[in-house]
Amino acid sequence: MRIQFKTSYDHDMRLFPDAWTACVYGALMVVMVLLPVLLDEFFLGEITNVLIWAIGGLGLMLLTGQSGQASLGHAAFLAMGCYSNTILIEQGLPFVIAFPLAGVLTGLFGMVIAIPAIRLHGIYLAMATIAVSVLADDVIVLLEPWTGGVSGKFPEPIVIFGFEIERWSQPGRFYYLVLAVTVISTLFYRNLLRAPMGRAFAAVRDSEVSATALGVHIPRTKAIAFGLSCMITGWAGALMGYHAGTFNNETFSLVISITLLMMIVIGGLGSIHGAFLGAAVVAFLPQALSMTTDLFGGSGVAIPGLETGVFGLILILFILFEPTGIYGRWLKIRTWFELFPFARKAMFRRQKSYLKTERLR
Amino acid sequence: MSLLEIRNATLKFGGVVAVNDLSFAIEEGEVYAIVGPNGAGKSTVFNMISRFYAPFAGQFRFDGQDLLTVRPDQVANLGIARTFQNIELFDQATVLQNLLVGRHRHRQSTLLEELFFAPRVRAEERRHRHAVEEVIEFLDLQAYRDKRIAGLPYGIRKVVELGRALASGPRLLLLDEPASGLSVEETQDMRWWIDDIRRQMGITVLMVEHDMGLVSGVCDRVLALADGARLAEGTPAEVQSDPRVIEAYLGTGAV
Ligand SMILES: Nc1ncnc2c1ncn2[C@@H]1O[C@H](COP(=O)(O)OP(=O)(O)O)[C@@H](O)[C@H]1O
Ligand SMILES: [Mg+2]
Repeated sequence: MRIQFKTSYDHDMRLFPDAWTACVYGALMVVMVLLPVLLDEFFLGEITNVLIWAIGGLGLMLLTGQSGQASLGHAAFLAMGCYSNTILIEQGLPFVIAFPLAGVLTGLFGMVIAIPAIRLHGIYLAMATIAVSVLADDVIVLLEPWTGGVSGKFPEPIVIFGFEIERWSQPGRFYYLVLAVTVISTLFYRNLLRAPMGRAFAAVRDSEVSATALGVHIPRTKAIAFGLSCMITGWAGALMGYHAGTFNNETFSLVISITLLMMIVIGGLGSIHGAFLGAAVVAFLPQALSMTTDLFGGSGVAIPGLETGVFGLILILFILFEPTGIYGRWLKIRTWFELFPFARKAMFRRQKSYLKTERLR
Repeated sequence: MSLLEIRNATLKFGGVVAVNDLSFAIEEGEVYAIVGPNGAGKSTVFNMISRFYAPFAGQFRFDGQDLLTVRPDQVANLGIARTFQNIELFDQATVLQNLLVGRHRHRQSTLLEELFFAPRVRAEERRHRHAVEEVIEFLDLQAYRDKRIAGLPYGIRKVVELGRALASGPRLLLLDEPASGLSVEETQDMRWWIDDIRRQMGITVLMVEHDMGLVSGVCDRVLALADGARLAEGTPAEVQSDPRVIEAYLGTGAV
């Protein structure tokens, strides 16, 4: 068992709780930086894909896991980030300005969208946000002069201060760009959690009445959560555009919204790890499935709907048996080993929650 | 001037008159209790002060300011903190995080600074932490600092909720049944704490409580309510011996 000796208040403000954890993440970072040398192009592309999904997952996690608002409209914000980045660059802005700006614009757009949605809770909010996802498709077609409509767009190669990044011929460079955005998004997320606004998100999620009584303005806090979430999601969308090489009105469909939400539930709601673990599942599931069907002599015949079906099944199993997701399961396994042989089955049994004031929401 | 002054407050829920033409005033530095049978309208009074319910009629003044002109989230900023009858904590967060939310009204950093965890955020966090640690020390919560609320026993939750209200640094503390559900020992602790909150911290306390032992132990004045209206007001001994109060309690079968 690891015992932490805390010697100052700053201890709880650190990025990593102890030296050991800092070393583990340091080592992970070194491996990530070395990956282009270690892996071939195919696997590097797969890892890039995982990271892009993870950024999108972080975006939605901030909203759903942290402030407790579910959204089934996030594909629309992926699209907004993707299109605005491409359009800004076409208008002559350099990538280093267009890319961050695309995220910020998506965030502001998300805040505006959030205003009518803020009064809604849980499943009603999820249903309202579906509309956003569905509408996005039509809006992209309607705005054909800018978006290219049904025929879509091909993003130009990225140029950063004269340094060119072409996704197909220079997968290593593109990977580093994605890695950098991943690290920045993760740091933003982590910083927020140790600052007042992150705590206000949790307060809004767990009890709106007492959050209000402590001075938290509920609509404003929810709108900020929406805005930050959409900003990060917008970045993921822009990267998805580059990664796919082309996109049109059907690229960011409702299915993508659903996948994103399922991803963070499977990974583990409310944790940064959950976004990454969920992303790995989403990105590797198709491969794992095709390998399994090959194994059973499927001889390459694609079974329609198999992927979605298996994905849905995994989600249901998680909700039934492990609502805390992969990351929650991992924490339990780790604790079991750390306490061996003293772990007790009842240790993680959830406490009955005490009566809440129903009249005041 | 009284710290909190309520005049002719009335609130109806449909046909039910929850609070009926009620007036009272609390002086700075006193501990004031509202007692009365269940459904008398005690929590409703709290919810009007918190601005969760808007009264049909009446005046609410805190330190000379009209309470009815502020939003519910601005009440904390005036220096009013509260607890809830049915404990409203942030269940998925730790005790420390709950208490830190109590500091929210003192937040000065901007969102941008927080995203980068700028030096100012760090400096402010240290101050918040310092204030919260004083509360943790005061309420003996050290052992629970990093525990999640979801796994804590009821008695500890009550204390954490009191701590969260204290962490906001209030001038007026509203406690809705602070001792309900507590053991004899825990109630005794609560009594010392309320005493110290008034004496050492100089905070004015308004509480709703059924435990007459606690009420007569810590309160200067008591207001007895029945059906949303005033029955009697005075020292705990005066109110307890008031025939109307005795009758109201006997009538409902409560103690
Ligand atoms: N939100 C509400 N909607 C309808 N009736 C309410 C509401 N809140 C309180 N009441 C009613 O107002 C009366 C006073 O309730 P309350 O203030 O909770 O009593 P107590 O003195 O036990 O705290 C009760 O009759 C209760 O049913
Ligand atoms: Mg009550």
